[in-house]
Amino acid sequence: MDDLYREVIIEHYKNPTYRGQLNPHDISFADNNPLCGDHIQIDLRVDAEGTVTDARFDGHGCAISQASADLLIEAIVGKPLESIKRLGKQDVLDLLGIDLGPVRLKCALLSLKVLKAGVYGLGEASDELVEE
Amino acid sequence: MRPENAMKFNIDEIRKDFPILTRETQSGARVVYLDSTATSQKPVQVIEAMNAYYRRSNANIHRGVHTLAEESTALYEGARERIARFINASSAREVIYTRNTTESINLVAYSWARANLQAGDLVILTEMEHHSNLVPWQMLQAEKGIELEFIPVTEDGLLDLETYKTLLNRRPKLVSFTHMSNVLGTINPAQEMIRLAHEAGALALVDGAQSVPHLQVDVRALDADFYAFSAHKMCGPTGIGALYGKPALLEAMPPFLGGGDMIKEVKLRSFRPNTLPHKFEAGTPAIAEAIGFGAAVDYLSQIGMDAIARHEHEITSYALERLEEIPGLKLFGPSADQKGGVAAFVLDGIHPHDVAQILDRDGIAVRAGHHCAQPLHEKFGIPATSRASFYLYSTKEEVDLLVNGIYKVKELFG
Repeated sequence: MDDLYREVIIEHYKNPTYRGQLNPHDISFADNNPLCGDHIQIDLRVDAEGTVTDARFDGHGCAISQASADLLIEAIVGKPLESIKRLGKQDVLDLLGIDLGPVRLKCALLSLKVLKAGVYGLGEASDELVEE
Repeated sequence: MRPENAMKFNIDEIRKDFPILTRETQSGARVVYLDSTATSQKPVQVIEAMNAYYRRSNANIHRGVHTLAEESTALYEGARERIARFINASSAREVIYTRNTTESINLVAYSWARANLQAGDLVILTEMEHHSNLVPWQMLQAEKGIELEFIPVTEDGLLDLETYKTLLNRRPKLVSFTHMSNVLGTINPAQEMIRLAHEAGALALVDGAQSVPHLQVDVRALDADFYAFSAHKMCGPTGIGALYGKPALLEAMPPFLGGGDMIKEVKLRSFRPNTLPHKFEAGTPAIAEAIGFGAAVDYLSQIGMDAIARHEHEITSYALERLEEIPGLKLFGPSADQKGGVAAFVLDGIHPHDVAQILDRDGIAVRAGHHCAQPLHEKFGIPATSRASFYLYSTKEEVDLLVNGIYKVKELFG
């Protein structure tokens, strides 16, 4: 019925593969989307070469925010941290397979913002991390 | 205009006054506007009054001697008089134009409270306040060390008045509360709460953003010390609101913003403030908007606030009844008899933003989020709600479309 709520998005929202937390972890970061109260925490395990060996996300929010987090984690497990730093807005949209208006874009990009703030070791997640 | 049928509430005629209600959204569906609590739609009478001002009378107000300036001043001040009558203030000088309810509350916090409150003084608020009636007091707390206490909200979405009475034993200086909650819809017993505040020696400020548009409000019967409201939620334009204050209080308060129009006389090193209400209105105000505000109260008065409240009650009762039938839907707030036209709800397992987004595909406009009442949502343990709200132009057919839309959302999320 609706391209925004493609089956894949509903499926990842209802039955996420990577929901949970990792303890111990090497990197953990969390942030909110103040607009809708979406919350995402991402935990990573990273080996000596800087490769992500395992990852999980936790939190709550709309289907877009939660599905994009699950898809994003799926995409980064086994990848080097350096490649995560290069991820941008379009990568998340490609994962979701949809185009989004400005309001829902914030929902979709929350997980990437959290992920990059964690990888860069920043104190706070900023929108600039996901702008390009 | 329907002066001859002022007593008869004709929904079809009323809807014709709101051109926006016939437009379609991107999907081709006719707009079903259920977001009047955020801002109301505007009737042609208001739009035309503002247009006419710009086409015919535009000039800066006060002190101008030419025709246009005199006309603009008369229109601007005439609107104030009608707004004063609308809330039954005893004179127009008790009505200060502001940008909105938020600015009205900030005016009291900045001017009255800064001059009259000291470290340790208590201000009582409630857990159901909009951020506009929380943050100014938190800012004052940081600046002056005042104390804040909150009247709790019960599970039913009512204020716990027994706790209020206990808090009053601590001799607060001010009680500031919403007349009608923008999330729960709860209509608070303002008259009784103000009487109790006065008995305890406190002043009372009422946030009337949701009440003035929907109920007959009489500031003198309420005995409110300050009463704040916005034009844009009551068929008027954005950018203009009002603060009613008892004249003795307003007289004694220091000015708010400094500049032109709020002065009687200025020297290089001193000034004398103007008389009421101009003392609180620095700079060129929102003139067209004030005139639109006046046209909005004329419009509402002509239909009659009692008739509007009756219509909204009917729509709200019907909406609550229909929404309650939906499995997995939880409503917040009291029953229709204790609330205005607001239905905030959550659906099991579906985020309010998804609900709002999917409803939008059918042209149905509801709001999703914390509605600027984050602490209230935390109290109920939820990050957000979807909120449908109703006004004089809302219909039962629109409620039915909402209910059908919610079933579609549920189906999609299966």
